[in-house]
Amino acid sequence: MTFIKKPIFRHPSLPTNAIGLTYRDYEGVVSTLCAGCGHDSITASIIDACFELSLPAHKIAKLSGIGCSSKTPNYFLNNAHGFNSVHGRMPSVATGANLANRDLTYIGVSGDGDTASIGLGQYCHAIRRQLNLTYIVENNGTYGLTKGQFSATNDKNSKNKRGMDNPFGSIDLAVIAIELGAGFVARSFSGDKEQLVPLIKAALEYDGFALIDVISPCVTFNNHGYSTKSYDYIREHRSVFGDLDFVPEEETINTSYAEGETISLKLHNGREINFKKLGDDHDPTNQHKVINTLRENRAEGKVTTGLLYIDPNKSDLHQTLKTSNTPLNALPMDDLCPGNDFIDNINNLFR
Amino acid sequence: MMKPTDTKNPNYYHKVVDCQWACPAHTPVPEYIRLIAQRKYTEAYMINWESNVFPGVLGRTCDRPCEPACRRVRVDEEPVAICRLKRAAADNKSDVSGLLPEIPNQKNGKKIAMIGGGPASLTVARDLMPLGYDCTVYEKDPQAGGLMRTNIPSFRLPVGVIDEEVDRILDFGVVKKFNQEVKSLKVILDEDYDAIFIGTGAPKGKDLNVPGRHEASNNIHVGIDWLTSVAFKHIDKIGQRVVVIGGGNTAMDCCRTSLRLGGKDVKVTVRSPKSDMKASDWEIEEAELEGIPIFDNHSPKEFIHENGKLKGVLFEKMKAEYNDGKRTLTATGETVLFECDDVLLAIGQENAFPWIERDIGIEFNQWEQPIVDKTTFQSTQPRVFFGGDAAWGPENIIWAVAHGHQAAISIDNFCQNKDLKDRPSPLTNLVSQKMGIHEWSYPNDISNDDRFAVPHADIETSLTDLNLEVELGYDEKLAFDEAQRCLNCDIQTVFTENLCIECDACVDICPIDCINFTHNDTEENLRKKLTVPALNLTQDILVSDTLKTGRVMVKDEDMCLHCGLCAERCPTGAWDMQKFTYIESHAKKSTISEYVE
Repeated sequence: MTFIKKPIFRHPSLPTNAIGLTYRDYEGVVSTLCAGCGHDSITASIIDACFELSLPAHKIAKLSGIGCSSKTPNYFLNNAHGFNSVHGRMPSVATGANLANRDLTYIGVSGDGDTASIGLGQYCHAIRRQLNLTYIVENNGTYGLTKGQFSATNDKNSKNKRGMDNPFGSIDLAVIAIELGAGFVARSFSGDKEQLVPLIKAALEYDGFALIDVISPCVTFNNHGYSTKSYDYIREHRSVFGDLDFVPEEETINTSYAEGETISLKLHNGREINFKKLGDDHDPTNQHKVINTLRENRAEGKVTTGLLYIDPNKSDLHQTLKTSNTPLNALPMDDLCPGNDFIDNINNLFR
Repeated sequence: MMKPTDTKNPNYYHKVVDCQWACPAHTPVPEYIRLIAQRKYTEAYMINWESNVFPGVLGRTCDRPCEPACRRVRVDEEPVAICRLKRAAADNKSDVSGLLPEIPNQKNGKKIAMIGGGPASLTVARDLMPLGYDCTVYEKDPQAGGLMRTNIPSFRLPVGVIDEEVDRILDFGVVKKFNQEVKSLKVILDEDYDAIFIGTGAPKGKDLNVPGRHEASNNIHVGIDWLTSVAFKHIDKIGQRVVVIGGGNTAMDCCRTSLRLGGKDVKVTVRSPKSDMKASDWEIEEAELEGIPIFDNHSPKEFIHENGKLKGVLFEKMKAEYNDGKRTLTATGETVLFECDDVLLAIGQENAFPWIERDIGIEFNQWEQPIVDKTTFQSTQPRVFFGGDAAWGPENIIWAVAHGHQAAISIDNFCQNKDLKDRPSPLTNLVSQKMGIHEWSYPNDISNDDRFAVPHADIETSLTDLNLEVELGYDEKLAFDEAQRCLNCDIQTVFTENLCIECDACVDICPIDCINFTHNDTEENLRKKLTVPALNLTQDILVSDTLKTGRVMVKDEDMCLHCGLCAERCPTGAWDMQKFTYIESHAKKSTISEYVE
């Protein structure tokens, strides 16, 4: 907690982006989360990603449910649209908003409780429908706001702060997402912005459902020696599944890798993702292999991070439903509601 | 690879306190500014008094090397009005007589002579009297104070302020030999003084030898001599049309004094471009505010007179050219005549020692300057010490004070048969300011306000009264508001490697992006690869030891606001805000620590 406002003074040589803003123009209010919370690093990464992509904040909608994680949209993009919804119901609100205005970029922020417990059904159906949404799970394996009970993503071998065993197995949100057909699935760690920021940038540019499951240590309840979601544990057990380099449309690809094979994937909007394979088995477009690798790594106690799976050719919800290219909220009243005569004509066809 | 920064070296944190580092006397500026905000004016005054001896005088006249150094200039625009806050402490303090050092009745048997009663000599007396020395001040004028009294006009520095701070030292029991100009150092050396301090300043105003100077001398005055005569009321009027020649602070004092003594058409002329003028910006501003025009690139060629009656000054216009930062002034051939009744020459001053015999062991260099040790202030005659403008030419009051402190240490060592090179080390301390999870014992919520202007007396009235102080000083409310602009640079960001879990919280919250976690490298490379490259090489970077992930923490001190947010957001206390106290040592044991909170 911090009582004072963040000083308005900024470094005079702070870089600006293509639309003349500094990253500080993408900030929100000062976080009221515990000092050292992983969520704050994710907030900072979202700010960096939007800044680097030069996104105008007023073309972004940020949505969340309930929980520590779901408080964070208040801490970034002060000038974006926002909706702090009901517990576990962020996907429904996002679906409605997205259908009404397809022109906005949607960022959904949720936690492990909000997604893997109360909102699991909503999560699954948003994936199934390929909602065009960057879905960020701030995953700390614990219910921080209610004083540190196990959440559904807490690993079975991970004890709580008082040394109590976890009787249940954990839900792997990334595996579920791949199984249900999500087109973009990534996992990252709040303590590694070099990996997280490019992932968020790629996810924001991806048309369709993009999950980033971010392990985000809870410094207050889940950062102890026998936790599997602590800063130390993740740093020791992390295996990186390919390096990601996001290449915006206007730039040429000039990144060259010293070793390993690079796969370039073109997105619908012409932008490109370069994925550097770290081993022969790592093909982020092969659903079965990815799931196998994730399972194997998990059995070995490794936490796999990076861009896990991508299908650049998935249709998103609007394509599937063949909705109007003009956002519904921008259609003139006459087009949205053609009037009684028109309806009568249609009805007459069935009489 | 950079080694971890050695923060145990007192110079590291001292350098972060830009104002204190820049001050020749190393006055603990942020400390007294916080005391002013708490309305503890007496304590704030005493911290100043211990360090710079003349807070009331300096609060009005200091050349303020601290202000251009102020970190606020780099992150905001205008520095904190440090000098004028000092005056607010002096204006609002209560009686300090009970807080002054005790002067022992039993003297230590050592006699010291001070030649010249200016700030340097008085500082030596201030430091030596409490130690039991018997101090005698020789002064050619009827009162002590030196240039503070003779050269600074009373509309800038009221006589009462000088009297108070000068008399405070004289009242310690200094033997006053006033109205006694020392004509021979040999005579003084032959008396029974154990040491002699020469603080005679730079009292010789430069003359201008161009045609007509001699013939029209009745109306051509040397600025500092003329100001002295005004100060002692020997002169109380001047002609209506006055030309002041020179671009330093003395020129500004001359022209503004002229306006108050009957001058109607007063001009200042400078040989160089205005941007190269030596006068402080604020002095130029004040003169222009009073309607005095400044003609730059005007070089005096001749004093025009009719049978010895001055008619005017003929100037030749100059042109300045800059090549690789070097300036050359060339005459354009174009001349211009300024008609006038009086001319004041303010083209510089120098020290001169016609009264020091050349065969008594004091060596002089080729420019007739005494050879003085830069650390000990001792001349080549072991019993004779120099300080203030007498040592190395014209500087400012604050430098004279700093010299006085150092010379007093040397004189004390000399009289006690100690090595003069054995200087006492400064008193330093580093204490956490943490009061709670997010509470600090200093105001970390800094003000965004611009610098507050000091109220002025009505200009019409000012110009009719030589003794009416133009600047009214901050009232309590303004002083408080200005004090809140201080960034508290003495509250240091102290980093403890083994507590850090590298969660990035400090990096994310830092409003000025000065904290980085990165892989170690050479200083040059490290500076370049920070989030915002640390390109101001005058400011240090703080580098930690290697952390768990193999990286190091690198903090650029340059822009740090000392807001403490890094420490507030740190879950493990790896960052802490700790107050660094640095107290310069004097011959007299400093009592500043009694006022430091």
